[in-house]
Amino acid sequence: MLNIRNLHASVEGKRILNGLNLEVKSGEVHAIMGPNGSGKSTLAQVLAGREAFEVTEGSVDWDGVDLLAMPTEERARAGLFLAFQYPVEIPGVSNAYFLKAAVNAIRRQRGLDEYDAMDFLARVKAEMKAVGMKEEFLYRSVNEGFSGGEKKRNEILQMALLEPRLAVLDETDSGLDIDALKIVAEGVNRLRSPERSMIVITHYQRLLDYIVPDQVHVLSEGRVVRSGGRELALELEEHGYGWIKTEPAPAAAGAQGARP
Amino acid sequence: MSTIDTWVGRHHERAASLPGAALPWLLRRRADAIARFAELGWPTTRLEPWRHTSLSFLEQHELQAPESAPHPAATLAAVRSEFGDGGHWLVFVDGRFERTLSVLGGLPAGVVCTPLSEALSKHAEAVEAAFGTADEAASPYALNLALCTDGAFVRLARGTALGAPLHLVFIGATGAADTHLRNLIVAEANTEASIIEHHLGGGSTLGTTVTLVHTAQDARITHLKLQQQDATAIHLAQIKAEQARGSYFASHSLSFGARLARNDIHTRFDGEGCETLLNGLYHVDGRRHVDHHTLIEHASPLGISREYYRGLVDDNARGVFSGRIIVAQDAQRTDAVQRCDNLLLSRMAEADARPELEIYADDVKCAHGATVGQMDEDALFYLRTRGIDEIRARQLLTYAFAAEVLDRIALASLRSSARATLLARLPGGALLEELL
Repeated sequence: MLNIRNLHASVEGKRILNGLNLEVKSGEVHAIMGPNGSGKSTLAQVLAGREAFEVTEGSVDWDGVDLLAMPTEERARAGLFLAFQYPVEIPGVSNAYFLKAAVNAIRRQRGLDEYDAMDFLARVKAEMKAVGMKEEFLYRSVNEGFSGGEKKRNEILQMALLEPRLAVLDETDSGLDIDALKIVAEGVNRLRSPERSMIVITHYQRLLDYIVPDQVHVLSEGRVVRSGGRELALELEEHGYGWIKTEPAPAAAGAQGARP
Repeated sequence: MSTIDTWVGRHHERAASLPGAALPWLLRRRADAIARFAELGWPTTRLEPWRHTSLSFLEQHELQAPESAPHPAATLAAVRSEFGDGGHWLVFVDGRFERTLSVLGGLPAGVVCTPLSEALSKHAEAVEAAFGTADEAASPYALNLALCTDGAFVRLARGTALGAPLHLVFIGATGAADTHLRNLIVAEANTEASIIEHHLGGGSTLGTTVTLVHTAQDARITHLKLQQQDATAIHLAQIKAEQARGSYFASHSLSFGARLARNDIHTRFDGEGCETLLNGLYHVDGRRHVDHHTLIEHASPLGISREYYRGLVDDNARGVFSGRIIVAQDAQRTDAVQRCDNLLLSRMAEADARPELEIYADDVKCAHGATVGQMDEDALFYLRTRGIDEIRARQLLTYAFAAEVLDRIALASLRSSARATLLARLPGGALLEELL
């Protein structure tokens, strides 16, 4: 279980998260919505360990471990995966090499044998087929010259290969047409399991037509201001985010993250 | 003491024993050359082309042959294992041709490949025409002409091609405190060859090397220079190409060693439709210094030049690039691209990248850019979020930055050998070997 308590974070002196509380149980999918600048992506980056974001207060407990005390790569090896909103292009590093290095880093941590070239290729080709990626993408540099949709598929491919315990998807739907969106959603749905939690960050309700969350949270000014079931997303779709801001934020932390 | 007078004295001492001492034209050129060197001395930063690289310390510098060095055969064996046993090998130790280490069988008919010291008697006229003079080059290359002991003479008769690469290996061992080598490559019309210079060893010596490349019409010459000298050596090198109509000349300069390495690389398009690729990679650390000073003269129309340099600059080291491109008034429809990118690997590292474009024609495409930067933090974070250690991620990104230069080496076998050589020098390289 992931338990975020009173999380405060800032970047370059600017406070972005202001006492965020969130609980995600094993096997649950939580959607996080909110207007631009509400802190959605900052939450994702802080969970993944980006050093540019300074955590000034609060805690993140992940199955009894202090997540914030771990360096980025250890979080990844312990089973945290962040699907980037803007996947980074890495010229000169082939996708095949990158994927293999990542998979083997995580397999080592889990006490599994590293894949050799043959086993790895067999596995990666099967996963690529499932997300509709052509094999040539293995031999191109990581994300270099990929279209927006191709980059996001590459993220889902990595998620499938790395088999995380906790996946954070940061606006994976942004910039995707409906077909690409469906493929991404299928990828996510295929990975839903009782051992795996997911936090799906999105600006639009659209993605939640395909990925049905257990809970929806609305972020505003770095805090969860509303939590509810899937119907909360539909409400947002209808009314926009304007009405959220006009309501006073709930005073008690206990009101947040509660089951609908 | 290496004062100018000492060098003039060395010329007098050695003149009689230098190869070609019986050739009047060569005696005259050597005499002119040492006179030019005596007049100019070592370049100082007061000269614009040497603004970032002064050689004035050489006035007082102690040169020393290495007290001990690996056996040249062992040094050669290491290179041959990296570059494969095929190809033709001309090996020089301390500036002298080593016949027993060289492998020159199976050259195609019409191809001459021989030490310069022998070519001076066997191919005297061709050598005289290709030898070069001292009146244009910077003073160290005049000194080279005055003192050169040997080098390679390569001539490709019209229509011939060297199927396998020709390796010229220059090893500094315990025999000399200064070496001066001159390579002459004469490619007649419609010829093709790949020539690789390896520079190794050298201790605290001064080495000058001049490589003159004559490419006739439609000739295609690829030159790769791999400089991996000891970190105390001083390496001064000129590569100069003259290109006739429709010819192609590629220079790949991989500068990994030496305390100070200076490369003056110059090509001139003397006919229409010439093409050149000047491609380079340097890796400097410690207090070492590397300087690439390039000049592309678009003297004729329809020329295409591509110039790409990348530098990895670590510790207190310094990397310098200056790229001058001159497009003459009638060199219309010239297409030139120049880029230089540096990755600084420490706070104290320094890189200078200076493009200089002089364009006198009006119908040209010229693009240039230069960057000096640090590692991409976004890429580093991305790799770490995938479970890859920070140290390994840094090594991977460093390698990837450099390896893009090597991707431009057209011959696959050379490309993979060059990659292996790069990996062997970079920290963590062994772990990245799967990249090949």
